[in-house]
Amino acid sequence: MCGIAGLFLKNRALEPELGAMTAAMLEVLTDRGPDSAGFAIYGDGAADCMKFTLRAPVGFDFAAMGHALQVALTVRDDHAVISLPVVREAEVRRILLASYPTVDIVASGARMELFKGVGLPALVSTRFGLAGMAGSHAIAHTRMATESAVTTQGAHPFSTGPDQCLVHNGSLSNHNDIRRTLIRENMRFETQNDTEVAAGFLSWKLREGAKLDEALTAALDTLDGFYTFVVGTESGFGVLRDPVACKPAVMAETADYVAFGSEYRALVDLPGISKAKLFEPEPAKVYFWERAA
Amino acid sequence: MSRALKQMTRVEPVTFDLAVEPLRDLSVALHALGPQTNQTTWQILNPRGQHAVAVGVTVPVTIQIDGHVGYYCAGMNDGAAITIAGNAGPGVAENMMSGVVHVKGDASQAAGATAHGGLLIIDGNASARCGISMKGIDIVVKGSVGHMSAFMAQSGNLVILGDTGEALGDSLYEARIFCAGTPASLGADCEEKPMTPSDKTILVDLLQRAGVQAAPDDFKLYGSARTLYHFHVDNAGAY
Repeated sequence: MCGIAGLFLKNRALEPELGAMTAAMLEVLTDRGPDSAGFAIYGDGAADCMKFTLRAPVGFDFAAMGHALQVALTVRDDHAVISLPVVREAEVRRILLASYPTVDIVASGARMELFKGVGLPALVSTRFGLAGMAGSHAIAHTRMATESAVTTQGAHPFSTGPDQCLVHNGSLSNHNDIRRTLIRENMRFETQNDTEVAAGFLSWKLREGAKLDEALTAALDTLDGFYTFVVGTESGFGVLRDPVACKPAVMAETADYVAFGSEYRALVDLPGISKAKLFEPEPAKVYFWERAA
Repeated sequence: MSRALKQMTRVEPVTFDLAVEPLRDLSVALHALGPQTNQTTWQILNPRGQHAVAVGVTVPVTIQIDGHVGYYCAGMNDGAAITIAGNAGPGVAENMMSGVVHVKGDASQAAGATAHGGLLIIDGNASARCGISMKGIDIVVKGSVGHMSAFMAQSGNLVILGDTGEALGDSLYEARIFCAGTPASLGADCEEKPMTPSDKTILVDLLQRAGVQAAPDDFKLYGSARTLYHFHVDNAGAY
C-alpha cells in the first residue's frame, strides 16, 4: 500500500502553514502505511549557502559536531540540519566521512531538508516538528514495507541528488538491473530498496542534463512495475503514474496550491478544497509544476 | 387515510453526520433496517472521503450522501437508491446486486466492478477499469472512462457518452458496450458489432433511466468476437 501527501504552494502567503498542512495530510494516511514515515520540505535558503540533513544514532552530540565544524546547526531529534557556505561543501563532507563515522548525510541542497524514521506517521512528524516548519513545497510518505526491511534507511523519501527527493507507492520489478547499470554510471546506493533506484535513475537523468519532466518521461520507458511517484526539486514538483495505474492518486489544484494525496481523505482539510479542481492524474502522463525563482 | 394520520405516519429523513458520528454506527443502523422499515430516507453528511460508506444495504431505502467518498461506497448494494453528491473513490457500487447508485461527480477506478445487477449512473468521468468483470449490472457514464474498462465483462451493459482509454472490453464475454465517443483502442477479442433493434431498445431504456438526452444512433456497439473463450481446433497443437 503506502500513502503519499504532497503540497506545492503557489501562494507564498501560505508558506508559514506548509508544515502544519503537510503534517495533517500525512497523519490521515496512517492506515496506508504505519511502518515508517518521512518527509522532505523546501524551506528558506541563503545565497551561496547550502544545507546538509544529517542523521546519527540517538544520543549523538550534534552540538559538539556543529561547534567543531563551525556551521549553523538545528537539531531535530536524531536528525540535524547544518548550513554552510557552498565553498565548504567538499571540506565538510570530507570531515564528516573521516571523523564522524556514525553520521549519515541524508540529503543536501540549497533548500531541501529531509527527515524520516520508523513508527507511526504522527509520531515521526511530531519528533521532527513538521507542523512548525515553513516552506514552498513538501512531500511526505507513509510506508507499508514490501520490497525491503522496515528501517529508517528504507523509509521514504529518498534523495540521491541535491534538492531532489522521491516518494513511491508501488513496487518495481527491474530495480536490481537498473541499480547495476547506474552503479556503472557512478551513482551510489545506500539500500537494497527499489524506490532508491527510481530516485537514483531520476538523479542520473538530471545530472546528465535532463529537466525533471524529461527525466520522468525517461522513467516511463525504463522502470518496470507499479508506481505512483511524487518528486521534488528545488523549484519543482512532479507526479508520475505507471501505465497500468493501480496505485491510487488524487490531486487538487486551486489558485493557492497543488496538492497530491493517495486518497481524497488526505486533502479534505486543505483551505478552499470545496472549490478546488479535483482530478486523478492520468496513467503514463508526466505532471509537473515549477515556480519562478 | 386522514390528513392527520398521514402527518403522524410521515417519517422525517434520518440525518447522519459522519463528522460527528462514527461510520460503524451508520453501517449498523443501515444493516438493522428490515424490509418494512419506515426509515426510508437517509441523508449522510460530511463523508470526507471515508471508505465503505453505505455498503451492504439490503432494503429499498433512499440514501443521499453529501460530499466525496473513498473506497467501495455503496458496495454490495441490494435494492437501495444511493446518490453521491460528490466524487467516489475506487470500487463504487462494486458487487452491486440491485438498486441504483448515482454518482454526481467523477468515479475513480473499478466503478461497478463485478456487480451482478442494478444501475450505476456516473455524471462525470470514470477512471480505469470501469465495469471490470461486470456480471449483469448496467452502467451509464456521462463522461469518459479510463483504460481497461469492461475488462472480462460477462454480462450487463456499459454505456459511455464520452471516450474510452486503451483496451476497451479486453477479454470480453457477453456484456454490451455502447460508446458515443472514441475508444483509444479495443482490447483483445473486443470488436464493433452491428446494433440490432433489441440492442437499441436496451440502450434507449438505459439512456432514459439515466436521464440522458442522447440520440441512440450516435452510439456504436462493441462486444465479444468470441475467439478467446471458445476453443479453436486450429490451436490444438499448442497444448
